[in-house]
Amino acid sequence: MIRMQPSVENTQAIAQSDVVAVERTLAGDRDAFRVLVERHSHNVFRLAYRMTGNRQDAEEVVQEAFLRAYQKLGQFAARANFGTWVYRIAANYAIDRMRQRKKEEARKVEPARSEQGTENDPVSLVHDAAPTPERLAHNVELRKHMEIALAALSHSERTAFVMRHWEGCAIEEIAAVLKSSSGAAKNTVFRAVQKLRLALQPFVRRGTEARAMGTES
Amino acid sequence: MKHMTEEDLIAYREGVANERAGIAGHLAVCEECRAELERIEAVLAALDTLPVPDPGDDYGRRVWQQIAPRLPEKPKRWWRPWFEAKRLGALGAVAAMLVMAFLAGRITKRDRTSTTDVVGNREQIRERVLVVAVGEHLGRSEMMLVELSNAAPRDPAQKQVNISAEQRRAEDLLDENRLYRQTAMQEGDTALANMLDELERVLLDVAHSPEEVTPAQLEKIRQKIEAQGILFKVRVVGRELQERQKATTPAPAQHNSSRESERNKA
Repeated sequence: MIRMQPSVENTQAIAQSDVVAVERTLAGDRDAFRVLVERHSHNVFRLAYRMTGNRQDAEEVVQEAFLRAYQKLGQFAARANFGTWVYRIAANYAIDRMRQRKKEEARKVEPARSEQGTENDPVSLVHDAAPTPERLAHNVELRKHMEIALAALSHSERTAFVMRHWEGCAIEEIAAVLKSSSGAAKNTVFRAVQKLRLALQPFVRRGTEARAMGTES
Repeated sequence: MKHMTEEDLIAYREGVANERAGIAGHLAVCEECRAELERIEAVLAALDTLPVPDPGDDYGRRVWQQIAPRLPEKPKRWWRPWFEAKRLGALGAVAAMLVMAFLAGRITKRDRTSTTDVVGNREQIRERVLVVAVGEHLGRSEMMLVELSNAAPRDPAQKQVNISAEQRRAEDLLDENRLYRQTAMQEGDTALANMLDELERVLLDVAHSPEEVTPAQLEKIRQKIEAQGILFKVRVVGRELQERQKATTPAPAQHNSSRESERNKA
């Protein structure tokens, strides 16, 4: 899992500070909400990017998540963790965004990504000190396959996988976003990994072999 | 030796296995399962190399700058929206309709002289009440969506369009919509429930939009409404409900199914 796990003391201190900021916001101090936005924006962006797969949508999800959080802040008062709550709002909105994007792309004649620059291409973001042509070609191919495999997951599967594997969310949190039971959420994580494995294993293995051959030559 | 299933190994790798200790114990002695787990891990490790762009150190500040002008003065306490007079009135009306539908069912239930007729009447009255209520709700929703779609700045030089009136109406309609959707679900009218579910999403979008939007943002809202074809669906179902309202006898089952398929097509 990639998500950095802060220490228990640190998490408690942040949660405590979040509660204070929420109370101050509800009392009419808008600047207190700014603290929450600045503190949680990066995490929400990471989740949103992994769910939507593109930066523009991710940024829209982040803004919308905080707007909705502000509008519903009164409902949060009794809850324990602002970070988890805003995550849930963002994940829900990201699912809506993905659905909408799918409909939009279905209507377009040309491929959806043809107009995108290299900014959103993960290949262009790879920092490889000395990529050999073989490794570069393999990276390009593998990344394409990974993106396709992720895009082929259902919205629920992608959400469950991103939240569990990359964001380290508890199964109960995932179940709340998917509006399902914990058992069903667990099953969705399993189905997602199984599908990804099915789609990617041949390329991962081939890649390992290709790298081995590259070092020998 | 009985090997672990793929599901067990994935659950173990993702930290959601119930029998974690048992799986770990098995892996310690089973080379085959260890190899299988390594293959799963290789795929997941490859996926971990997919980068997430760094939005920059000042990203939180930029997000704040973008959303701050769109925030209302003060967030509402959770109980406040439910006690607004207008909303209380709307909810009261909806609740009264539903109570009437329920009572209609109860009253006709007592008279058991002819079971088939009574069941027919009860269902008919219940459906009629629901049909009238939902029909009116769809009419109001349609009007709001049409007005929103036609909204434009009063002065061409104006950079913002105020949609707060539509927003408040969307908020009110949302509460009613939820109740009707749940009732439709309970009544087994899945086509109507699905349409109300779609409408709910659009109403949510409108209700959560900023009070003042730029023409570009308004265009985006319009495109969303258009993309989902919700206005068309609302009209089709609304007209169909009007027809149902006019009919004095319940439609035969085959007609119901053809109506449902028409709605599904829409």
